[in-house]
Amino acid sequence: MDVLIVLMFTTPMALAALGEMIGQKAGVINIGVEGTMLTGAFFAMMAAHATGNPWVGLIAGTSAGLLVTLLGGWFSVKLGADQVVVGTAINLLALGLTSYLFRSKFGTSGQLLSLPGLPNWNRIDAVILFLLAGVPMAVWALQKTRFGLALRAAGEYPKALEASGFSVAKVRLVAVAISGILGGLAGAYLSLGVAQSFAENMTSGRGFIAIAMVTFGRWRPSMVFGACLLVGFLDALQYRFQSLGFDVPFQLAIAMPYVVALLVLALVGKGTVAPSALARPYSKE
Amino acid sequence: MNRHAQAALTVCGLLAILILSLLAFGLPIGKSLSLIFQGAFGDPYAWSRTLGKTTPLILCGLGVVIAWRAGLYNIGGEGQFVLGALMSACWAKWLVMPGWGYAGILALLVASCVGGALWAAIAAWLYIKRGVEAVISTLLLNFVAIQLLEYAVSGPLQEAKRQVPQTDGLAETLMLAKFNPQADLHYGVVVAVLVAVGVFIYLFRTKDGFRLRVVGDNPNVARANRFPTSAIQFRSLMLSGGLCGLAGGVELLGITGYLGKGFPQQLGFLAIPVALLAGLHPLWVLLSAFYFGALFAGTQNLASFTPAGTTLVYVIQGAAVLGLVGLRYWTRRPRRSEAD
Repeated sequence: MDVLIVLMFTTPMALAALGEMIGQKAGVINIGVEGTMLTGAFFAMMAAHATGNPWVGLIAGTSAGLLVTLLGGWFSVKLGADQVVVGTAINLLALGLTSYLFRSKFGTSGQLLSLPGLPNWNRIDAVILFLLAGVPMAVWALQKTRFGLALRAAGEYPKALEASGFSVAKVRLVAVAISGILGGLAGAYLSLGVAQSFAENMTSGRGFIAIAMVTFGRWRPSMVFGACLLVGFLDALQYRFQSLGFDVPFQLAIAMPYVVALLVLALVGKGTVAPSALARPYSKE
Repeated sequence: MNRHAQAALTVCGLLAILILSLLAFGLPIGKSLSLIFQGAFGDPYAWSRTLGKTTPLILCGLGVVIAWRAGLYNIGGEGQFVLGALMSACWAKWLVMPGWGYAGILALLVASCVGGALWAAIAAWLYIKRGVEAVISTLLLNFVAIQLLEYAVSGPLQEAKRQVPQTDGLAETLMLAKFNPQADLHYGVVVAVLVAVGVFIYLFRTKDGFRLRVVGDNPNVARANRFPTSAIQFRSLMLSGGLCGLAGGVELLGITGYLGKGFPQQLGFLAIPVALLAGLHPLWVLLSAFYFGALFAGTQNLASFTPAGTTLVYVIQGAAVLGLVGLRYWTRRPRRSEAD
């Protein structure tokens, strides 16, 4: 099996998962990442289709993902709304809007459109390189920089962060923005890099998988990336087996990462690894 | 703001959001509204489509209400829905004989509750014993459930000819009776309404229900009164899963008659806005599910002049939930500053 194909399958999920992890480290669980990815995928497709330039598509998709995530972030961070509720709403909005715009532009006939792909060298393109560089960068930024420390404090003990002169809301919004950028890029890469096309609800749960992988990877960038590689590998393996006509109950293999994640959680519990203020709105005192 | 004002505001807000979304989609308001109305209530078939869509939304919505009232975010309605239907299908294949008639139907519905409840029990156990947030565990369990469904319909539960990944159709005697054989509407809607009343009585008229709400509203008060918090939360999540499972069973016995890969239809997710807009109140869930059921049925009728279709419903659900969240913030804020 080609390692590079696995990497290509993994990239969208890993980008979204890294973004989700950064948000969660700051205490914001972004259930809306599915919607972020879908928005990114759609607007990347639109821009690339209109201009014929994949880079414009990449930028458009990333910005769209950022915007929709900031909308959710404004509700959950600024208004202190329930993060699960807001995320659900964002997912529905993104699904409805992208499906409608897609149908009104391309009809419901399921017409296959093909998009300009990213320039690549043996299947390695700029986004994959960005991801490979991004993992160690995330480790470094979270552990060694002042902002990384503030970000983790916003997720672990926001009161202390406030007391040391930071604004919890600002730190969390920046984390949400980063997760929006990565989620949008993930979606853009899904339509431009992986599929070179777009279909309604094309993310089909990949955003949710990204959330699951953050838990599976115990909120550590390298382990989250590893978890995504495993899922990407199983994904690619499944297509391979199908094309060879093997009759394997592959559903069980696909379910493996989630089962393993659940087992890990069952064995070690949430422990001290999950950010302790995760999903808790913070209001100033 | 009192409850009635809030309810009135929600109803007006929902209509306003419907009209605004039509505007945003560039559709003619009058014509669209009348087409939607026609599609949802124009003739007996339309009514039947509306109520057919409403039924699973009510049951899943009630499931969401019970868990969220106890302070647990069950977003695994999807998985519990699937497991309920799967359990029903298993019993139908190996245990319940077509000759059982009404007893068979009852047995299959019980099976679906059991399936959903057991699936939710995994998340409940993880939460109570291991401190794992229900959001994460129920989310993970959704994926496992969907893969389990795909495995079952192309493996042990596959139809006799082994050609299509779906189960055999249920015997006619095991299907929920229909009001009109040509239309969607089946007696499951009666089940759903009865369950809603039951959940209302449980939550607001029994000691158990009261404790459940206290645990969700203020865990400290619950602990101070020595409520068995863990047991209550465990039970609430299982009940919640049982109701979502029942929704799956009712959909199987009432509408499809067989299980295939496309069975879930995201109803477990769509039920979350239904429950939220009902203010997590079981009787309002009836109304809110009816509204969205009607929209699902009605928007199909728009197909003649716009491709929008059900996408409109998703947009309205999302916008309505954000609107509600905003509304709560703006109405609560003054009170919060008084408390300071």
